[in-house]
Amino acid sequence: MASALEIRDLHVSVQGKPILRGVNLTVRQGEVHALMGPNGTGKSTLANTLMGHPNFEVTHGQILFKGQDLVGLEPDERSRLGLFLAFQYPVAIPGVSLANFLRAALNARRRAADPEDKGMPIPEFRKLLKQKMDVLQMPYEFAGRYLNEGFSGGEKKRAEILQLATLEPEIAVLDETDSGLDIDALRIVASGVNDLAGPELGVLVITHYQRILNYIKPRFVHVMLGGRVVESGGPELAEHLEEHGYDWIREKAGEAAAEA
Amino acid sequence: MRAWEAFERLPFPSTTDEAWRRTDLRPMPRHSFALGAASSPEVESALLRPLAGEAHGALLCLTPGLEPRREGGKDLARRDVIFTDWASAVRDHAPQLERALGQAVADDEDSFTALAAALAVDGVVVYVPAGVHVAQPLHSVFWAPGADRAFFSRVLVVVEDGASVTFVHETASPSEPGGHALHAGIVELVLGAGAHLTFVELQTWGDHVWNVTHERAIIGRDGRLDWIFGAVGSRLTKTFSELNLAGQGAEGRMSGFYFAGGTQHLDHDTQQNHLAPHTTSDLLFKGALVGRGRSVWQGMIYVAPGAQKADGYQANRNLMLSPHARADSIPGLEILADDVRCTHGATVGQLEEEPIYYLMSRGLPRPEAERLVVDGFFAPIMDRIPFDGVRARFGRMVDDKLTASELRG
Repeated sequence: MASALEIRDLHVSVQGKPILRGVNLTVRQGEVHALMGPNGTGKSTLANTLMGHPNFEVTHGQILFKGQDLVGLEPDERSRLGLFLAFQYPVAIPGVSLANFLRAALNARRRAADPEDKGMPIPEFRKLLKQKMDVLQMPYEFAGRYLNEGFSGGEKKRAEILQLATLEPEIAVLDETDSGLDIDALRIVASGVNDLAGPELGVLVITHYQRILNYIKPRFVHVMLGGRVVESGGPELAEHLEEHGYDWIREKAGEAAAEA
Repeated sequence: MRAWEAFERLPFPSTTDEAWRRTDLRPMPRHSFALGAASSPEVESALLRPLAGEAHGALLCLTPGLEPRREGGKDLARRDVIFTDWASAVRDHAPQLERALGQAVADDEDSFTALAAALAVDGVVVYVPAGVHVAQPLHSVFWAPGADRAFFSRVLVVVEDGASVTFVHETASPSEPGGHALHAGIVELVLGAGAHLTFVELQTWGDHVWNVTHERAIIGRDGRLDWIFGAVGSRLTKTFSELNLAGQGAEGRMSGFYFAGGTQHLDHDTQQNHLAPHTTSDLLFKGALVGRGRSVWQGMIYVAPGAQKADGYQANRNLMLSPHARADSIPGLEILADDVRCTHGATVGQLEEEPIYYLMSRGLPRPEAERLVVDGFFAPIMDRIPFDGVRARFGRMVDDKLTASELRG
């Protein structure tokens, strides 16, 4: 059976201030969803809450994945269950090469599955990494560079997708993966995601702009406003937003709130 | 005898002395120490493994009160290379010893040098004659276990014109809970014109040891010293390491790795003296602190009048892994020539949550994520160490410190 990430009536506060006010959303393996919305509506808060960032406090609701509530689990436990977040702003880790880090991450998964595991043999890992880097058109010397240190915006996003490709999660959340990318970089990153998308991977693309959705085609589009998902539909919803902006949604949501 | 007189004349250091402002010796029970033999002769076998390469050219193990143990190095004598303990050097090589001894570190620099000069019976002498290249690294261990004693040691390395050698020296003992011991040491490095020395110095004293060491290198014209320090032991350490770039074109690189935990106090004073034109110095010290560990680094680049085109660099980086740890980092420049390039930097940082979160989000449990960030912090130092064995040793030191700090909570 396909795994699903089910977000149920999720309320989240940051330093006591409510940001998410009842988010409901379900992403299944094999589906591509887009979550759109203006800045400051809680999209990145949702992404980081799903991954378990310590600054985001879940005050109510559930995040169900593979029959478990993720709330209360550490980020590494969520990752090993099969959840992945491609960060909007990946942090630099000086002195740690991309290759060493990825091997450590793979081995942590293997050890969690089997405490006796001795880790992936280095030749096997090298072969795997080269194969994934080819897909993303990344030169091999990239693997020896310190993680995200001195990377350009495009390189950071490509490195995120390389991690996604290597760790093979079941549900991936892409947080503003298109921001800061020129059109060529965006094409490469998007085609990398498209190569990975399939029955084994569910994707939630979080974006401010419709642009990335020209390359990664979602089956479902959701709009977030004021810490809630206020509208859901098919790809036509994204096109409508591109044409008409968010104001009509604000008005509609305002009316709905007034009625309630 | 003169050294003993100097000791009687010299005052004991106190925190009113600039060099000792941050390192307090008052809690040291200095009247309870007696000269004596090591409490156990058995050296930890791990300390005797080669660190710089596949094999050592020769290994010398010194234990107070015992005959020095020696392995290998038979071919050294054939090339007039001396690698021996202090007593043998006095007996067999008095002329060389007399010529070089005290050239770099004077007996009467302070009461500790005076004590070491007067009382050191254990020591290592390395002497490489002009033009001789010693291919295999030399390795010595000063093993001095036991409480309520004072140990003194000397190291003298002379690399004559155009000669080269790699030398690894470790001072070590197991911890004696509740006990105290003193070690005072002198290290002298003398490099002739075009001489090359790679010197790796490891300090893994038990945490009962009060350790004070004075070290100075004198480098002749176009000579090159690669000086690597690793300090993780002792209760309190005060090390003075000085680089004298005495000849034109002389180069010195100093790379320091330290890790203080528990209530350890590690204090390193470094001095890079550019005394001739076209001299280059490059210092990087990186340290981590756990528990109530404390470190002090005080560095000075001095450029003498007329030492034009000097290029000096110093950087000290500290990583605090506990809110109760403390690192003092004090860089300094004193430049008396006008055409020079000198830069410095000093930082004290915490383990930040964002990188840990990022690594954890990829499936690494917190301790592994933290370890990776710590390893990354030390990477620039590891990159400067040309020996797998030394790097692996530093890696195990990090393991031990982090494990101990977890156990202590």
